[in-house]
Amino acid sequence: MTPTLQILRAGPQMTVQDLGRPALTAQGLATGGAADRTALAEAAALLNLAHFPAAIEMAGMGGEFAVTLPTRIALTGAPMRAKVDAKEIGWKQTHLILPGQRLSIGGALSGVYGYLATAGGIATEPVLGSRSTHLVGNIGQILAAGDGLILGPDPTPNAPTVRITPEPRFSGGAVRMMPGPQTGLFEKAELARFLASEFARGAASNRQGVRLEHGGAPFQAGEAAGLASDFIAVGDVQMTGDGVPYVLLSECQTMGGYPRIGTVIGADLSRIAQLSLGGRVRFTLISVEEADRLYRSPAQMIAEAKSRVAPLVRDPSEISDLLGYQLIGGVVSGRDEEEY
Amino acid sequence: MTGPKAQTPAYEILPLGQDCVLVRFARKPDLSALSAAQRFRAVIAGQQHSEITEVAPSLASVLLRFDPGATPRARIEVIVQKALAELGPDADLPAPTRRWHLPVAFGADAGPQLAEAAALAGLTQEAAVRQMVEADLRVLAIGFAPGQPYIGLLPDNWNLPRLSQLTPKVPAGALVVAVRQLVLFCNDSTTGWRQIGQTGFRPFWPHSSTPFRLEVGDAIRIEHVSQMDLAALAPERTEGLGGARLEKTR
Repeated sequence: MTPTLQILRAGPQMTVQDLGRPALTAQGLATGGAADRTALAEAAALLNLAHFPAAIEMAGMGGEFAVTLPTRIALTGAPMRAKVDAKEIGWKQTHLILPGQRLSIGGALSGVYGYLATAGGIATEPVLGSRSTHLVGNIGQILAAGDGLILGPDPTPNAPTVRITPEPRFSGGAVRMMPGPQTGLFEKAELARFLASEFARGAASNRQGVRLEHGGAPFQAGEAAGLASDFIAVGDVQMTGDGVPYVLLSECQTMGGYPRIGTVIGADLSRIAQLSLGGRVRFTLISVEEADRLYRSPAQMIAEAKSRVAPLVRDPSEISDLLGYQLIGGVVSGRDEEEY
Repeated sequence: MTGPKAQTPAYEILPLGQDCVLVRFARKPDLSALSAAQRFRAVIAGQQHSEITEVAPSLASVLLRFDPGATPRARIEVIVQKALAELGPDADLPAPTRRWHLPVAFGADAGPQLAEAAALAGLTQEAAVRQMVEADLRVLAIGFAPGQPYIGLLPDNWNLPRLSQLTPKVPAGALVVAVRQLVLFCNDSTTGWRQIGQTGFRPFWPHSSTPFRLEVGDAIRIEHVSQMDLAALAPERTEGLGGARLEKTR
């Protein structure tokens, strides 16, 4: 039997996401992929994978799922309330889901994007080297009730349950930004005012970008206004015509005419993507050399996440249930959201 | 790291995120920067540097992507400096290696703003279409949406401003005009440019063996077809080619 993840109910924006399609800028296609790559690295670490998996990204709200074969899953990213049948289960850990069980994932408790990854990965046909849905690029589609996703087989369904200490990123904080091609064209005083301001997530935010609201006057682009359309990097902080900053995420356009005051480094972009409505961010400008030193390859991201994985301490009386393919879970649920 | 050097167009070498270097030849669009960007891209691509994972030209700059885990930025900047030294003085756009013949229907339902655009360009609708068909056009840049080309440059009388009110939706295949350029939309889009024509050609066709059809530098010749011909060239009947033909020019 082909292992399949059945979608019984779908939240409004559930899509398959991996690391996307790099190096297609010349063709006008942004890399795309998961809005929170740290969450994919944490899923890879939990499931002991060597590569970033394709996983289901759930914006704000999850759905209901079933499997056709015993399948280990990892739940990462924005913590969401999760249940197997009637029993609450913990986030940021692995679980074994059995055929006949119903996995329900609710709304985000903090942050925005939650992820459901399976140990054998999603095995749908890649398009241009990736399984990521790219809505702007018209590749793939939003998942809906009734869809079935072919999975790779779980090589070790009996592997012990593990949990991860997530990188804190759901309530804002300091975000590091490096200079970009237009940073030097902004007035120094305006750049200083930007760096001194505190921002909240605007409602008009999605996988293309996060709008940032603050109490002060709009930002002036100075000499950076009226330039030729030029390339955009993921993480660019773009000043729209009305002086409101947007941080561009994985599904942004590849070129544009609005000036950009800097580029958020990869390590901190998840903090922007996951910024909760009540959270606040502040930017610090670092040098190009420091930004380059802070680069982490996908393999380094997974290795770092693996260092935060630990076995789940559980009641030994439940071990026999595990061997009998009964679900272990709920041991840590609902009592450690403060860690986020 | 800022030019100019003797015989070389002015340039700036700039960081663009942790994995790109941007070589910018001008801040505002002009023909000299456009030519420099396309020639620089050809020089870099011809040298086949294994350290560079992607080369992409825009209207006035060239993006070079690298793997920061394998190559330091300084190494890319050295490659850039050497390539710039080979660029030579201002020159025309490099000769095209390919030419597309692109069937387009103009006016009426296919181009609801043709009359308005023609009037702004000081032409009758017939004369406007004739200028489009006679224009020696190039793909100047690809971007904003997948495969989507900026095509130009049209004669000076087509230096039309963008609309002050956005058109909420033009269909996939719409050909729109502003600032001496045409854009051919892959998908239904919002635009501030005026729609003058419609084509069955889709610059991005995801499930084809060559999903991205156009390259920067490709020559484009527009062929005027009737609305009835356009219906026969619908993308779903023609694998998104819409009757377009590709001619190798060298």
